[in-house]
Amino acid sequence: MLDTLVLMFSQPFMQRAVFGGIVISVCAALLGVSLVLKRYSMIGDGLSHVGFGAVVVASALNFAPLAVAIPVVVIAAFLLLRLGESSEIKGDAAVALVSTGALAIGVVASSLTTGMNQDFNSYMFGTILGLSKSDVIVSLAVSIPVLILFILFYNRIFAVTFDESFAKAVGVKAGVYNALVAVLTSLVIVLGMRLMGALLISSLVIFPSLTSMRVCKTFRSVVITSGIVSAVCFLFGICASVLYDLPTGASIVISNIVAFVIFWIVGKIKNS
Amino acid sequence: MALIEAKNVCLGYDGHDVVTNLNFHVDRGDYLCVVGENGSGKSTLIKALLGLKKCSSGHLHFLEGLKQNQIGYLPQQTAAQKDFPASVYEVVLTGNAGKKKFFGFYSKNDKRKALDNMSILGISELKNKCYRNLSGGQQQRVLLARALCATESLLLLDEPVTGLDPVATEDMYDLLYHLNRDHGITIIMVSHDIRAALRYSTRMLHLRGSQLYFGKTCDYLSSEAGRIFMGGEDNA
Ligand SMILES: Nc1ncnc2c1ncn2[C@@H]1O[C@H](COP(=O)(O)OP(=O)(O)O)[C@@H](O)[C@H]1O
Ligand SMILES: [Mg+2]
Repeated sequence: MLDTLVLMFSQPFMQRAVFGGIVISVCAALLGVSLVLKRYSMIGDGLSHVGFGAVVVASALNFAPLAVAIPVVVIAAFLLLRLGESSEIKGDAAVALVSTGALAIGVVASSLTTGMNQDFNSYMFGTILGLSKSDVIVSLAVSIPVLILFILFYNRIFAVTFDESFAKAVGVKAGVYNALVAVLTSLVIVLGMRLMGALLISSLVIFPSLTSMRVCKTFRSVVITSGIVSAVCFLFGICASVLYDLPTGASIVISNIVAFVIFWIVGKIKNS
Repeated sequence: MALIEAKNVCLGYDGHDVVTNLNFHVDRGDYLCVVGENGSGKSTLIKALLGLKKCSSGHLHFLEGLKQNQIGYLPQQTAAQKDFPASVYEVVLTGNAGKKKFFGFYSKNDKRKALDNMSILGISELKNKCYRNLSGGQQQRVLLARALCATESLLLLDEPVTGLDPVATEDMYDLLYHLNRDHGITIIMVSHDIRAALRYSTRMLHLRGSQLYFGKTCDYLSSEAGRIFMGGEDNA
């Protein structure tokens, strides 16, 4: 088994997958902490479906998929966060509306054009083992700014996440930080679609923070643990998928579920 | 000169006024209680004082030098914080979040201030405890320490004793009284506990549509508003 793994990891396509996958997983996990705590968990899911719709429509019209998907998803993120605040359509309903709508548009667009099954599958379920060099470069170009911005503005993001009205009252521009989190999340989700697929990317956002919250008691430890859990689960998932020939995205989600259960049990034991 | 002065202030949402014609002032060292029934616009007034809401007419004048982000604020408690993983120290530090600084990093001074305020409020030994596991009274002390980090002079509190048991309520009132008298901190507190307001405050502002009463606390009972309040007590 070890031999197989060593052999696998010596292959360039595998190295690209691990490299690109870990940076995206860590970014998704960090942003996820803020989203989960603000009760915005489903926004990741909604955005991934919007991304899927945008990508399919873009390739049907022969545009570059990412160049279309990124701005569309950023706009959707703003709309969803804004809608969540207005009372006309409640936040969760708004997300469901946009998410299922975009998915339907994507599916119809792909059925109207022939020969799209390959693309359809790759955006639905991800193609992490098929990342090109330029995919990895784009992942890094997005992830590194995300990490730097998150670290620089960590204290303000925490203040806004914990208590927005207090943060506003002491003069923090809460709207700016909410927008920052929205844009960064959109970027990470669109890129994550290449790895995990539209169906599974939101689990990269949600699972690690929920897992670390079972055990960790401070915000800082939740953030750090989420990043680590996310990277470790990614590695376990991709190894399992290579060894047993399983779908990669789903294997990563399952290793996240296992981590959640372990942390949940540890948390129960610690508290009793 | 008054720290804050309201002249004919009207406040409302979407064109509907909630309170109209407020005329009051707050001086340095005052302890002002804002009382009134649910929905009478107390929280709305607090938002206006914090600069989170514009007056629909009239004018709120702040003394030169009192920047709006130098006001310490204790919000009405929200349910969202109930299962939030954060240590007491992390929460108190966010009182410094509004200051101009190199990105969001806290300075040595910010950290010392957080520790000082925690010791003033007697929560130093809770420093590394998880906020969500504290009692209601302890949580309010944490939020008060955070508010003190944001201000040297003025605290705004929105129903700080809601949900506290009687002992914790008394503690909270004593604490505020102590901060006002011994640390010279001006306090504006929203409350619907008129009896406590009568005991601790120096001035009262009673809202109902517009302002029913503004003046010294000791004159409240002999006023029209006070008579209504006493009448209500008798009937109850
Ligand atoms: N965001 C809002 N949008 C519209 N109306 C509001 C909003 N917040 C409060 N109100 C209304 O304004 C009135 C005063 O509310 P509030 O200031 O919270 O009262 P209090 O704090 O005295 O209980 C209420 O009738 C309430 O329904
Ligand atoms: Mg209120």
